[in-house]
Amino acid sequence: MQKNWWKVVTVLLLVYTVVAGFLNDVPRLAILNESIRNTYFHVPMWFGMILLLLISVIYAIKYLKTPTLRNDIISTEAARVGLLFGVLGIITGMGWASVTWGEFWSNDPKQNASAIGLLMYFAYFVLRGSFAEQQQRARISAVYNIFAYAALIPLLFILPRLTDSLHPGNGGNPGFSSYDMDSKMRMVFYPAVIAWTLLGVWILNVKSRFEILKQKLYEHAHA
Amino acid sequence: MVNTRRPADTFLFITILNICVVTLRQNIKVLLREVLYLMQKDFVLEWRQKYAFNGMLLYVGSTVFICYLSFGLRGGTLGVPVWNALFWIILLFTSVNAIAKSFMQENKGRLLYLYTLVSPQGVILAKIAYNTCLMLVLALLCYLFYAVVIGNPVQDEGMFLATILLGAVGFSTSLTMISGIAAKASNSSTLMAILSFPVIIPMLLMLMKMSKNAIDGLERAASTDELTTLLAINAIVITVSYILFPYLWRN
Repeated sequence: MQKNWWKVVTVLLLVYTVVAGFLNDVPRLAILNESIRNTYFHVPMWFGMILLLLISVIYAIKYLKTPTLRNDIISTEAARVGLLFGVLGIITGMGWASVTWGEFWSNDPKQNASAIGLLMYFAYFVLRGSFAEQQQRARISAVYNIFAYAALIPLLFILPRLTDSLHPGNGGNPGFSSYDMDSKMRMVFYPAVIAWTLLGVWILNVKSRFEILKQKLYEHAHA
Repeated sequence: MVNTRRPADTFLFITILNICVVTLRQNIKVLLREVLYLMQKDFVLEWRQKYAFNGMLLYVGSTVFICYLSFGLRGGTLGVPVWNALFWIILLFTSVNAIAKSFMQENKGRLLYLYTLVSPQGVILAKIAYNTCLMLVLALLCYLFYAVVIGNPVQDEGMFLATILLGAVGFSTSLTMISGIAAKASNSSTLMAILSFPVIIPMLLMLMKMSKNAIDGLERAASTDELTTLLAINAIVITVSYILFPYLWRN
């Protein structure tokens, strides 16, 4: 129980996020109106995705250094959960875009960049699927994982700064302070980011433990 | 636009520093000799099997001609954005097809033989350099043919040729590594396409913007942002390929 305190924190923060996110006072802004509450759900998805993909790439590097089954499984599962967060981020973003910008897909550089990023990780899973042998699959997909991540970084952080974007704080420096959020929104936003990110890590934890157990079971069944 | 150039510049500086550190750890002279020998080998092989190169030329020619016919044009009636997009898409597919074979055509025995002789870094750098030369020739011929058949609205030729040069380098750096990855898998030609497109799209967007500026004859300073970002992406891709290829190579 002592090791699991963060799961309790996650649940409490998530409950707080949902309740306060829907009930708290928000600034009345034109166009955005009540959809501003999506900040608590859409933006944290990207934080979660970036963190999970970072974990994935770190474990890919670890796999190339010490090729163990555990490193490979954690790397894959982190990519999978990161992809889930990315898809959720795109869906919440598209809904939001249709309300505020008028279209589901508004040719915004960040929308395009995230779609390309998702394509990259779908390709990663297709690559994994095309190997029969476990060690070769793990090694080569780790190489692609690192390569793709290195190519994704300029995409997500540099390109939107070079062109104008519909996203807030773009066409220049998308720094966080430029979000026009008042202190009441911050009270919900920061816990929301922590909550969703922790939830991602939790899912990753459960999924990779499950996969490792499954592999162990197969090994014993064959032995 | 003043503050937008800073992140790209810092980025470029860091990656170049990175490359210097990585390369200095190796014995550069030995590496350079290896790269030159391997490139020579590739050129000789290409010369002996001319059908592969001729095939690519025919591929470029037919694609351009198909585009010409399917748009039903007579010289120069294509709008500038369409002209630009079509040109880069033709070049993209040509390069994917041309570079895809760079590791697939090597047979197992020769790879094993190379494995005992040279370092993996030498192999990847030589392949990148060779593919760059190949792409440069193909891209220039493609531009020539495209301009003759469909018409040439380019106003700043020098800048456009510089963009083609950057494009050839960029495509070959990123596609060489991808072809190394795809060659290990079973359905490699499909994989080559799906693995490379997401990696190459940011590069393609920058190139299209640069070449659009060149076509419109804008002042060259307008393309500085794209230029530095492209150089930075190239630098990252080369460094990452250099570091990762040894893991791909050993089997």
